[in-house]
Amino acid sequence: MQQSVSLVAKPRGSSGAMGDKFFEWLCRGAGLLVLGLLGAIILTLFIGGLPAFQEFGAQFLWSTAWQPVEGRENYGALVPMLGTIVTSILAILIAVPAAFGIAFYLTELAPQWLRQPVGTAIELLAAVPSIIFGMWGLFVLVPIIQNYIQIPFGETLGALPLIGGIFDSNNFAGTSVFAASMVLAVMILPFIAATMRDVFLQVPPVYKESAYGLGATRWEVMRGVVIPYTRISVVGGVMLGLGRALGETMAVTFVIGNANRMFTSVFDPSTTIASVVAMEFPESLMGSLKQSSLLALGFLLFVISFIVLATSRYLLRSRLK
Amino acid sequence: MLDPDGDSPVNRRSLLALPAILPMMPSAGFAQQATITGAGATFPRPVYERWGQAAREGANIILNYQSIGSGGGINQITNRTVDFGATDAPRNEAQLREASLIQFPTVMGSVVLIVNLPGVADNALRLTPEVITDIFLGRITRWNDPRLVEMNRELRMPNLPISPAYRADASGTTFVFTTYLSRVSETWRNGPGAATSVQWPVGNGARGNEGVSNAVRNTPGAIGYTENAYATVNRLITTQIRNKAGNFITPVMEAFQAAASAADWTRPGFAADMVDLSGPTVWPIVSPTFILLPTNPVADRVAGSRNTMRVFDWAFRNGADAARRLEYIPLPDAVHAAIRATWSQVRDPSGTQVWTPSAA
Repeated sequence: MQQSVSLVAKPRGSSGAMGDKFFEWLCRGAGLLVLGLLGAIILTLFIGGLPAFQEFGAQFLWSTAWQPVEGRENYGALVPMLGTIVTSILAILIAVPAAFGIAFYLTELAPQWLRQPVGTAIELLAAVPSIIFGMWGLFVLVPIIQNYIQIPFGETLGALPLIGGIFDSNNFAGTSVFAASMVLAVMILPFIAATMRDVFLQVPPVYKESAYGLGATRWEVMRGVVIPYTRISVVGGVMLGLGRALGETMAVTFVIGNANRMFTSVFDPSTTIASVVAMEFPESLMGSLKQSSLLALGFLLFVISFIVLATSRYLLRSRLK
Repeated sequence: MLDPDGDSPVNRRSLLALPAILPMMPSAGFAQQATITGAGATFPRPVYERWGQAAREGANIILNYQSIGSGGGINQITNRTVDFGATDAPRNEAQLREASLIQFPTVMGSVVLIVNLPGVADNALRLTPEVITDIFLGRITRWNDPRLVEMNRELRMPNLPISPAYRADASGTTFVFTTYLSRVSETWRNGPGAATSVQWPVGNGARGNEGVSNAVRNTPGAIGYTENAYATVNRLITTQIRNKAGNFITPVMEAFQAAASAADWTRPGFAADMVDLSGPTVWPIVSPTFILLPTNPVADRVAGSRNTMRVFDWAFRNGADAARRLEYIPLPDAVHAAIRATWSQVRDPSGTQVWTPSAA
């Protein structure tokens, strides 16, 4: 073996070895670049946000204040942080079952001629710019929520003990946490559905055929063969969607109501970190406490994304094997 | 000719230079047309753009205005990356001195309330300062509240919840409106206060004037505030407001002009306060918008400073009609003269005055 390798390598001369070295460093450089960029962004945000952290201390994390008036500035991150997390989680709760249904239908149930067009349509949906989803949300979804969802839900579910408050709101503008979650769900749906469809197609047909041969139903094949086989990639697709939901800015700004105060109902307006930063940054003076607080919020968004992704990986760790 | 190395580089270079010259050709047709760059306030953007188009021929200067927000404008002029900055909230004397800036107003604009109440006509609804504050504080929550019914006896006030709408993006319009609320209500002054963005006790935020007007249009029972120019152009339903003298005023040009003539322009930096003035016919929510200009422009921005003053000098003399058409209120002539006098403070690095009346 050793000999044959050297025999093959010989006619190509030393340039092959040089090329290998060069290529190795190129790849290493590309890998390090990502790490370096990520580190640099986190560091910049942290240094920029440092004055806010020093001024407010740990209280910044659980204060609901957002008072930009000169002379009595007071900033806290709780409302935008909660808004970000709640809208993202609701979006995932809505999008994942729908995406699973789409992928299941496209790989198992749909007639052959329909699979390609629907698959392409989903990929096209993923290419729609977020501002379009924002406008669609504002002009189409918000009036529907306002007229047909919030009022019946508020009247029927609002009377429930304990959880009734979640559906009962004095906000009748339609722009709300619920609207933002719906828009986010539609936005991340194609990512999750496309990933799921692709990985479901990767399952070797012989596995599925064996299960069918044993008399399993379609659903049993899905649950017993396809999902266990593709679990890692499915989780990966969901994480991709969650990451996008956490950082989405324009579409959310249009429909969430941009209210920096605590929400108790899903029909109350709220705000997210990305949305606050986009709305307030142009009017923040350089070196001001406001700008520093906005950078600190950016840093917290980084931390939240990291924690959410790390936790979900950790929770699913044992089952991923 | 025979030597290829001698001739060809020249040809090649001139070929390369040709496309670079082409875009400049139109401007070369006019006698040295200069470009100035400004950044800042969104409130006066339409009028600066209109003046920029007109000044291109009138004063031979191209005005490139970026409406990035007052905060951004202040940042950029403090760093001297633009020729002038623009802000809606005036800077105080100490802030101006610290950044070596002068400040002068260009036009005035007014803020109006817009509502969506089925069956209520334009300018029919009457509101007092107390009621407006209580609506935005969340203390009055329905349109058939006795206090609203009391002052609008001739209207049928619907039994609708009130949905206040405000600007989600930090803006000069919000600054003007919250300044008014702070002026008329102590509770507001000690609560949310006055700034380009505040913590609103109730309501929904929407982005830009168009966002607020859309939110109001879509929600029966909504109330919001926008620039008058925006409300007029889009035919939004505005309201009357009771001014300090106790009269209900309709938002029309005469009422804005009454406020303009009642303003006190002698304050430092022309920071005339036009909110809630006491004249009998004044509209209570009017505000000037300001330009910031360095008193010590760096050498390569001296020409830009001079051209900025030339553009605004031209606009003060010829731009009043354009401003009025866009629903802005031009400044009185006496103020124009006082502004020109302050321009003498702008000196180039050698200490000579940049602006001379003959430079126009």
